[in-house]
Amino acid sequence: MTEEDKILHEVTNSEYKYGFVTDIESDTISKGLNEDVIRLISMKKNEPEWLLDWRLDAFKKFKEMTEPDWANVTYKKPDLQSISYYSAPKPKKTLESLDEVDPELLKTFEKLGISLEEQKRLSGVAVDIVVDSVSVATSFKEKLGELGIIFCSISEAIQEHPELVRKYIGSVVPKTDNYYSALNSAVFTDGSFCYIPKGTRCPMELSTYFRINQAGTGQFERTLLIADEGSYVSYLEGCTAPSRDENQLHAAVVELVAMDNAEIKYSTVQNWYPGNKEGKGGVFNFVTKRGICHNHAKISWTQVETGSAVTWKYPSCILKGDYSIGEFFSVAVTNNYQQADTGTKMIHIGKNTKSTIISKGISAGNSNGNYRGLVKIMKGAENARNFSQCDSLLMGDTCGSHTFPYIEVKNKTARIEHEATTSKIGEDQLFYCNQRGIGTDEAIGLIVNGYCKDVLNQLPMEFAVEAQKLLSLSLEGSVG
Amino acid sequence: MNLKDKLINSFENLVQSSNGSEAEHVGTKRTESMAVFTAQGFPSMKDEEWKYTPLNKSIKRDYQLESQFSTDVKSSEVDSFLCSGIDSYKLVFVNGVFSSALSNTTSQENFFVTNLKDAFSGDSEIFNEYFGKLADTQQSMVALNTAFAKEGAFIYVKAGSVVDKLIQIIYINNDNSEAQLSQVRNLFVVEDRAEVQILERHQSLTDEYVFTNVVTETSVGNEAHFKHFKVQNNLDQTTLVDSTFVQQGAKSSSLVDTFAFGGDLTRNNLHFEFSGEYAEANMDAITLLKGDTIVDHHTFVDHAVPNCQSNQLYKGIYDEKSKGVFNGKVMVRKDAQKTNAFQQNNNLLLTDLAAIDTKPQLEIFADDVACSHGCTIGQLDDEALFYMQSRGIPIKEAKAFLMFAFAGDTLKNITIPELKAQLINLVAQKLNVNLELNELNI
Repeated sequence: MTEEDKILHEVTNSEYKYGFVTDIESDTISKGLNEDVIRLISMKKNEPEWLLDWRLDAFKKFKEMTEPDWANVTYKKPDLQSISYYSAPKPKKTLESLDEVDPELLKTFEKLGISLEEQKRLSGVAVDIVVDSVSVATSFKEKLGELGIIFCSISEAIQEHPELVRKYIGSVVPKTDNYYSALNSAVFTDGSFCYIPKGTRCPMELSTYFRINQAGTGQFERTLLIADEGSYVSYLEGCTAPSRDENQLHAAVVELVAMDNAEIKYSTVQNWYPGNKEGKGGVFNFVTKRGICHNHAKISWTQVETGSAVTWKYPSCILKGDYSIGEFFSVAVTNNYQQADTGTKMIHIGKNTKSTIISKGISAGNSNGNYRGLVKIMKGAENARNFSQCDSLLMGDTCGSHTFPYIEVKNKTARIEHEATTSKIGEDQLFYCNQRGIGTDEAIGLIVNGYCKDVLNQLPMEFAVEAQKLLSLSLEGSVG
Repeated sequence: MNLKDKLINSFENLVQSSNGSEAEHVGTKRTESMAVFTAQGFPSMKDEEWKYTPLNKSIKRDYQLESQFSTDVKSSEVDSFLCSGIDSYKLVFVNGVFSSALSNTTSQENFFVTNLKDAFSGDSEIFNEYFGKLADTQQSMVALNTAFAKEGAFIYVKAGSVVDKLIQIIYINNDNSEAQLSQVRNLFVVEDRAEVQILERHQSLTDEYVFTNVVTETSVGNEAHFKHFKVQNNLDQTTLVDSTFVQQGAKSSSLVDTFAFGGDLTRNNLHFEFSGEYAEANMDAITLLKGDTIVDHHTFVDHAVPNCQSNQLYKGIYDEKSKGVFNGKVMVRKDAQKTNAFQQNNNLLLTDLAAIDTKPQLEIFADDVACSHGCTIGQLDDEALFYMQSRGIPIKEAKAFLMFAFAGDTLKNITIPELKAQLINLVAQKLNVNLELNELNI
């Protein structure tokens, strides 16, 4: 075995480090999907009538829809009837401080490396944590409240700010947008809600952690983020799940609204359980993420995708307002038998809109990575500008990498550039490093790191460190 | 009766009429293909492969299915569409029927250029070996063609031989009495170390609707060199679906140049497959459209063996209400290490009503490869135009210069000067300028 093969072997044999199960008593309703379950969820969450009707309508439409199969992934379709749609850690009561949080849960967070208290003291990151279906802790709420920023779980927002929720929920991702967004609309149980008032610059990073803990449950969270005129917010999202043999379904919806002159930076480090080395188990991550930009607004999606058995995710921007900007930066790592079909959609509607797409795929083991993107320039979108770059890096000869970029242009003033490359780590690059005294191990690290730099640079500091760690975990031995 | 049913009915007549005159394997293939077409029907926009190309308007019309031969085409008229100034072998098809009077065929010891019709009897071993083997008869349009096609070009070049002249194939449609559906089939067999260059032109002259469904099968042997130029210069009532399949042996090279200049709807399926290592495939194309027309280029390059190279260069200029589609797919299979695959698609949109949908696709299963694709959509540079105008070049000519400079590098692989000159003239004509563009030395 050559040195390179050895490292590739190590790379493709790393274990998932977040695969523990936390022993917390949970309130889980029986499996199955029907109207009664939806009514039960709505009742448990003490929801207003309009929301229940909204859910039921979504469910009605959902029943007429069929699961999409156009993505370049193969998996056994999840049986929606064998999932429990509500699971909440017990005891469930309103939490005033971290002291009241179940100590088992706190241990979970420590294992995850998110010590809430430490974060509170040092990094100044406000965190909302969702375990299974329910938000368990939101920190820094009062401090944010002074600025008029609302940052809470969506269930809380439904109770306390129903007018905002009602106005914006489903406005970016209609409840019947697609199969999984319809399902989410019908059964979502929690998620985060954030509202930044006019002219406010959110002083700290807002962060949400998602974790599926209970077996046999799906996670259907819904995030709604509204940045009012002239405001700015940077939002982080992270996810993990225990190692289980069965496939767990995660079907989330994220909606972003950037009003005139607002800016939203949305970063995700996705690390759901990817299944074991034989491809058994793992999370199905079928997520709908979309933002709408009004005049002079900007939405920037950054994602580091290292987990999930199957990923099916296209964070998109609707550039409705004039001079609006959409950005998408992505690193997608697939290993073992993981499959990822991810990319973005940039819909240019307003004049002088601009979008940038940087996508870096790394495939190893027997995995398959896909980039699927759409750049659409509508008729009235004068002077639209798009730059796309999708690069793929292949490690080993049993993995695959694919690109499916769709470009649709209906306006002559558009300027579109798209380029894609696929390659492996160059032997001459490795050789150069070797002869300068850098071991093959570190050299691969250097190269992969440099390869992803365009995207990692977009992440907020706290996350960039974690993302690098995750990359080194997924491609163990490659990232220094 | 819709077109599909009409075709299904007429197929029974066809089977009866050709009973006994065609080889058994041809009959079997026709029946199998008809079953495929019957099951699939015409492609619709619900098919991912036809997502941007609406065939529904074309198939709603009522077409005459029997080819009507016409003699009122003069030799001089035909010559005006051919590459002039060089000696060539000619195959002329009028309304889908071979015209021996207008053609200049040959049958020599080392190569022959003839009508495919006579081969269906099964006397030709070459035909028996290759017919229907290279084309993907699971595609409905190919299946339809396989079921019906009776005429087309049949070119064979024996191992080690070089065809001394350019071979020109022209399809003329001039039937003014009724709409017509014609299905033609080409078979090119180029054996090891042989060389041939072919020019194929589709030229409709009638105001009636014409629907041409053409399938070309090409086998390029080891170390052989094959060049195929396609000129598609139809009037606005014409639908053309062209499916071309090329299979290349080791160390061979091939070039398919497509010049799409018009027609209501043009669809080009170009399929390349390598059966031996170190082969090279080149695809160049200029698309120059006006009016309410659509051209769809679908390319598929299948790298199944290592060390092959493919280059695609597609340039499009879209004026008025025209629409362009480009779907380039490169597949690099698991063992195809050291593959080099390049794909470039550049487009100019000249009006607000013109549109372009492009999808350059890479599917890669091998790690030691260099694959890339690039795609741009833009417009003419105002500053460059202003510069030329300030030097006394009128705006129309200035635009033509820029457009030609934009698209001209697709002509780089053409080695016959007369052919290059003719194509450049055609481009100038399409750009509506009276310029000696070849002086630009591009």
